[in-house]
Amino acid sequence: MRYLPLTDADRSAMLETIGAPDIDALFVDVPHEAQLDGPIRGLPMHASELAVERHMGRLAKQNLAAGDAPFFLGAGAYKHHVPASVDHIIQRGEFLTAYTPYQPEIAQGTLQMLFEFQSQVARLYGCDVANASMYDGSTACWEAISMARRITRKTRAILSSGLHPHYVSVIKTMARFTGDEIHYCAPSLDAAPDYAAMLDAIDDDTNCVVVQYPDILGRIGDLSAIAEKAQAHKALLIAVVTEPVALGAIKSPGEMGADIVVGEGQSIGVGLQFGGPYLGLFATRQKYVRQMPGRLCGETVDAEGQRGFVLTLSTREQHIRREKATSNICTNSGLCALAFSVHMTLLGEKGLRALAAENHRLACHAVDTLANVPGVTVLNDAFFNEFTIRIDGDAREIVRELAEKNILAGVSLGRLYPDETGLAGGLLVAVTETTSEDDIDALAASLKEALA
Amino acid sequence: MNAPNKSGWKPAMNADGESIGGPATHTGNRALMLEEELIFEIGGTDTTGVDLPQPDAFAQRRTGGLERTAEIGLPGLSEPETVRHYTRLSRQNYAIDLGLFPLGSCTMKHNPRLNEKVARMPGFADLHPMAPSTTTQGALAVIHELGEWLKTLTGMPAVAMSPKAGAHGELCGILAIRAALEARGDARKVVLCPESAHGTNPATAAFAGYEVEDIPATPEGRVDLAALEARLGPDVAAVMITNPNTCGLFERDFRKIADAVHAAGGLVYCDGANFNAIVGRVRPGDLGVDAMHINLHKTFSTPHGGGGPGSGPVVFSEALAPFAPLPFVEKTDDGFVLVEEETAGDRHASSFGRMTAFHGQMGMFTRALTYILSHGADGLKQVSEDAVLNANYVLRKLEDVLHAPFADSGPCMHEALFGDKGFAEGLSTLDLAKGLIDEGYHPMTMYFPLVVHGAMLVEPTETESKAALDQFIGAMRSVAERAIAGDETLKTAPHYAPRRRLDETLAARKPVLAWTEPAAE
Repeated sequence: MRYLPLTDADRSAMLETIGAPDIDALFVDVPHEAQLDGPIRGLPMHASELAVERHMGRLAKQNLAAGDAPFFLGAGAYKHHVPASVDHIIQRGEFLTAYTPYQPEIAQGTLQMLFEFQSQVARLYGCDVANASMYDGSTACWEAISMARRITRKTRAILSSGLHPHYVSVIKTMARFTGDEIHYCAPSLDAAPDYAAMLDAIDDDTNCVVVQYPDILGRIGDLSAIAEKAQAHKALLIAVVTEPVALGAIKSPGEMGADIVVGEGQSIGVGLQFGGPYLGLFATRQKYVRQMPGRLCGETVDAEGQRGFVLTLSTREQHIRREKATSNICTNSGLCALAFSVHMTLLGEKGLRALAAENHRLACHAVDTLANVPGVTVLNDAFFNEFTIRIDGDAREIVRELAEKNILAGVSLGRLYPDETGLAGGLLVAVTETTSEDDIDALAASLKEALA
Repeated sequence: MNAPNKSGWKPAMNADGESIGGPATHTGNRALMLEEELIFEIGGTDTTGVDLPQPDAFAQRRTGGLERTAEIGLPGLSEPETVRHYTRLSRQNYAIDLGLFPLGSCTMKHNPRLNEKVARMPGFADLHPMAPSTTTQGALAVIHELGEWLKTLTGMPAVAMSPKAGAHGELCGILAIRAALEARGDARKVVLCPESAHGTNPATAAFAGYEVEDIPATPEGRVDLAALEARLGPDVAAVMITNPNTCGLFERDFRKIADAVHAAGGLVYCDGANFNAIVGRVRPGDLGVDAMHINLHKTFSTPHGGGGPGSGPVVFSEALAPFAPLPFVEKTDDGFVLVEEETAGDRHASSFGRMTAFHGQMGMFTRALTYILSHGADGLKQVSEDAVLNANYVLRKLEDVLHAPFADSGPCMHEALFGDKGFAEGLSTLDLAKGLIDEGYHPMTMYFPLVVHGAMLVEPTETESKAALDQFIGAMRSVAERAIAGDETLKTAPHYAPRRRLDETLAARKPVLAWTEPAAE
């Protein structure tokens, strides 16, 4: 077996040193009836690198990769071009095969990178501080609600109808066990988000208001009024950003008064990967730092006065506080945070703004093109790189039909909201810098044909 | 031919911290030891490493009048500068690729590069989670195939693949337990964890709304069965036990514990962090486990990546299977089906819900399945045997110099536990660990488990050769002897790392968590 260096001679010599007659003697504490008498039956034996690569390659070829078709899926996971150097750097063994930087003297590479990452995220979100990343956007969103509860000591959370339904499901799942009261209703197909209803719902018992920006239907609204009303009732505004590239074009939630900003970071540096691993971004105000979940990297000095970085404020965390910790989370999404940070460094402010502008330009072109297709109505007044179109009938059928022609048309609202029949005609269409004008024409033509 | 370098690298300073052997340098660098500034200090907001069309100032904007006009403050670097920045940073990290990484309970084994290659195949890497399932059959097949392996290796009938990491898997297991108890109208309040448990166990139970109580241990380092039985009752929802446990010992009485918990109406959660010690030789399902998470980044060698991403699938007994979260993959006559909100219907009405957007850590599934197929049933059995052999070898080669509190409790499993008894006054486990850094090793896990004073938990893993173990044992012996002899230079170690000891108290007292422009002089 190519990954196991011990030879049989080594094994015999080591058993002799230990004073054990054979390997079974080392498993003497395992009750006999719980031990298998040989390799588990019904499973294949070890295989060569070539054979395994062939098997996995065959499975990979049974999928239609996003890059091999006109592609318009989004809904919280976006296809962007990732520069080649990003993947090169995250494959360096010193990053790839390191552990959590608990021994800072020999982990300054990871630690300095995390400090830079935190600083980039805080600036992107318009906040004071960010943590070293979380599992993904959906889990970060639940952690934000928990954090708000610790700060306000209230338990009523108001979710906007524009919040990603998977995020809503995660929140509802967790709230069932924690006793948080969750106010939510599914969106309706309006041109702009319904903030009036949210403003009405905020009262003195409100812990937090959770608003996605841009929302699940791609709509964009000013969060300032919600922030003001929340503050007046000692509630927190949590903004959720599933497409961070948008913040190269539109105001950050922090600038509009959000207290906590969380979201998905996948768009920058991390591939689609069928849903994971991704990375949760989490930022807030300086004054709430000690209630923040997740790992934090901070600046300090070493014994000779040189600048260095360490994981800090770990008294919030499970390995110190155990059942009193702010979260049970033990890991972050370190390598994805590295990919995000490298890609963001390659972009810089100039590149991020150009990338955002290019996404928006192509999305505007797609909106105009699709609006001319008979039977298609574009829902949004405002959008960034994703918008909702409405057709008669069930958009799920259209998605299936177009997939058969190798066109990945978008995410149907019927799939996201199977119980909401009123949304069945909705289709989310995402357009990024990887979408060509030919792709958009192909989508328009095939929609026209399907709806004729 | 010249002999290999026996005298080693030339030290830059003597034991008193005085610079020897050469003059100070203009840059502060020392040949291959290179300092690197922050991107905020070397980059600029007008520099970029990508070629994109520059935005047209007169282009239409349909962003609702919310244009971002103020500067964001994100520095950019050209591509060559970017590659150099991160390459320089990378060289300040210790990693498995550089040497033995004996972190107990963390299982830092070799990360095969085939796994990386497979994960990057476009059919896996460039696949959207919401793509129509007719276009993702190969990906669903991977999730299904890996799930089947995990069920077979653990002897458990069901698996949830979506948890994002070990602690997330623990939460998944505990929520399923709570959902199952609630379904039978049984509102139990307490979860029992041994003192030696990972901190995530009590944190998870508390996060899921349970009160947490300790289970006492016997002097030999195992769960005290009699004390546990005495504590069981109608208020106990579950026990959470790590097996092999964090003292590196197999819980001999696990089956009796499980039977007692079941007889009292509770359920058994097994923390599978240490599955590496028994994979292919013992099936947790045969021990009475109801739920167990598997850290794919430990046993199945997906890279730790400097702190994640992990992946924590959970296997379930028949009793808990109906409560498993969405989504999951089912094999049907028409191919693989992703069972989620849209497709679940009434068949999965008792599922406790969803733990994350999308379907879990696919990028880790492809790596783990590649690892498993490479090893096969015979190779995985050899993995656990070599892991246990290597740990026992370390234990027996060091027990004369380091205090091994459970050396008489039988063979250890995949990790060897030592304490700081016998160290000279004023010298601690931390000092030994920092001394080990100077010897070119990442230290072992320190001060965990909590049940041993100054604990040192050493897990060599099966991917170390005997020669590598002998070299490590030599270094451990040397540093341990210095700690016993009261060598004061250990207190200021490391001397040769990119940084000396860092002031963690200062970092926590005045947290600086983001870069800010230095005030003008």
